[in-house]
Amino acid sequence: MLDHRISTLPADVGVGYKPQHFPDIMRDAAPVKWLEVHAENYVGDGGRPLAQLRHLAERFPISVHGVGLSIGGEGPLDDEHLGRLRHLVDWLKPASFSEHLAWSTHDTHFLNDLLPLPYDQPTLDRVCAHIDQVQTALGRRMLLENPSTYLAFADSTMSETDFLREIVARTDCGLLLDVNNVYVSCTNQQTDPVAYLADFPLQAVGEIHLGGHDTDHDEYGAPLLIDSHAAEVVDPVWRLYEHVLELAGPKPTLIEWDTDVPAWNVLASEARRATYIMNGVRAA
Amino acid sequence: MSGQSAFTTAVLHADRPVPVGLIDPKGRPAGKRFDVYRNNVVISLRKALETGFPVLRKLVGDDFFAAMAELYVRNPPPTSPLLMHYGRDIPAFLEHFPYAAHLPYLPDVARLELALRHSYHAADIAPIAPENLALDEATLARATLTLAPAMALLRSRYPVASLWHANTDQPNLKVPDRGENVLITRPEYDPVVQILPAGGGVFVEALQQGHSIQHAAERASAAIANFDLAGVLGMLIAGHAITGVTIG
Repeated sequence: MLDHRISTLPADVGVGYKPQHFPDIMRDAAPVKWLEVHAENYVGDGGRPLAQLRHLAERFPISVHGVGLSIGGEGPLDDEHLGRLRHLVDWLKPASFSEHLAWSTHDTHFLNDLLPLPYDQPTLDRVCAHIDQVQTALGRRMLLENPSTYLAFADSTMSETDFLREIVARTDCGLLLDVNNVYVSCTNQQTDPVAYLADFPLQAVGEIHLGGHDTDHDEYGAPLLIDSHAAEVVDPVWRLYEHVLELAGPKPTLIEWDTDVPAWNVLASEARRATYIMNGVRAA
Repeated sequence: MSGQSAFTTAVLHADRPVPVGLIDPKGRPAGKRFDVYRNNVVISLRKALETGFPVLRKLVGDDFFAAMAELYVRNPPPTSPLLMHYGRDIPAFLEHFPYAAHLPYLPDVARLELALRHSYHAADIAPIAPENLALDEATLARATLTLAPAMALLRSRYPVASLWHANTDQPNLKVPDRGENVLITRPEYDPVVQILPAGGGVFVEALQQGHSIQHAAERASAAIANFDLAGVLGMLIAGHAITGVTIG
């Protein structure tokens, strides 16, 4: 029996949980109201990671974010891994489960990156079949995250937003809108992020991600932004975030910082900025 | 070859051409844009190895470790999305890595770091209360012990525990020139590295094989004189390594 809500996260700000912040969070997490963990770090047999997660789950809504399921893979989903995710979701009963529109495993080779997909009919059919399989296995609806892309496929026959809309229509999944990914992809694809958002199925959004990126150029001097989760959210992304909330209303919003993780107060200050923007939109 | 096969091959081998059909916004073939994925794959896997093998990295230096990791991560890539166990084949890789032949202890250092990670993530099984071992000598001798999944034994021809301590919590430790039997236990959440006294390796190994305390102690005593049975049992109890006792 499917739980029909796409997410029970509060329309507040959360952060990606890092073990080094455990004492800070237990002392005073404000303004952070919920936490997200990467599923793959919490499927061991025991020890501190699971003990900490049990403690956190008593105090905070938890979002489980998978980074290794390879939903866009050409091959079948890894049943063993899907079983681990089911076990985690069964005992933790998280407020949300999300994964990526990407692939990372091919022929048993796990490449540990979110690799891009052509937006065409065969890919759409495959991704939808995999999402159906995940939602059935987990007994709940999942959120699918829009990717950061660095290149395009000559074979693509539809836009990313059309592709996502079609997935939502066929699988009834929700979407995780990563606003930094929108900015990174639109810059890299030389398209307009505001137009992208106008075209995005916002009614399906159950969660928003905000994070930092690196800046580079391609061999022709065109800007090439690289999703890094290693820095503060940049001003243009904050502006897009405000724009999204104006269109869609307050949504559960996550600050992601996975590499060169800063002290808690830096993360909390990013969360405060997101809270400020969300409160502003709420009051308007 | 399928799209993702070609992509995988090209992503893992910088000398292979970028697959056709991958383009920039002007429709030109993706060059540097494809390299972003190449870098992400290799660097993220290298970082996973750096996280998993900090002492190994310290012993060989950052440059050597990075060069070794570049070869290891492609050869072949991991087969599981659980990077908490990534690098299981590093010891075997190092044994056949000619540039490490002059550092023959490296494979065992890698085994120790793998064992520590395994212990860290191992299942939480409550230890038995020490009074459950307060049996008369004859009964205790017949007993077999169930050992915690977080406990590990590493018997090495090299001083791996001393090398590990000297590169972590005891920087002034003088590393002896002899083999060590290393006991890893996890009293709570942090694995502890200890050197077993003489005969301890034989004893714990026999316990792991399911032999009785008496039989294990006899094996240890056959290997060395004055085997300190009480001392080793004390280490196992303090390390929460005994989760069951069966009177045979």
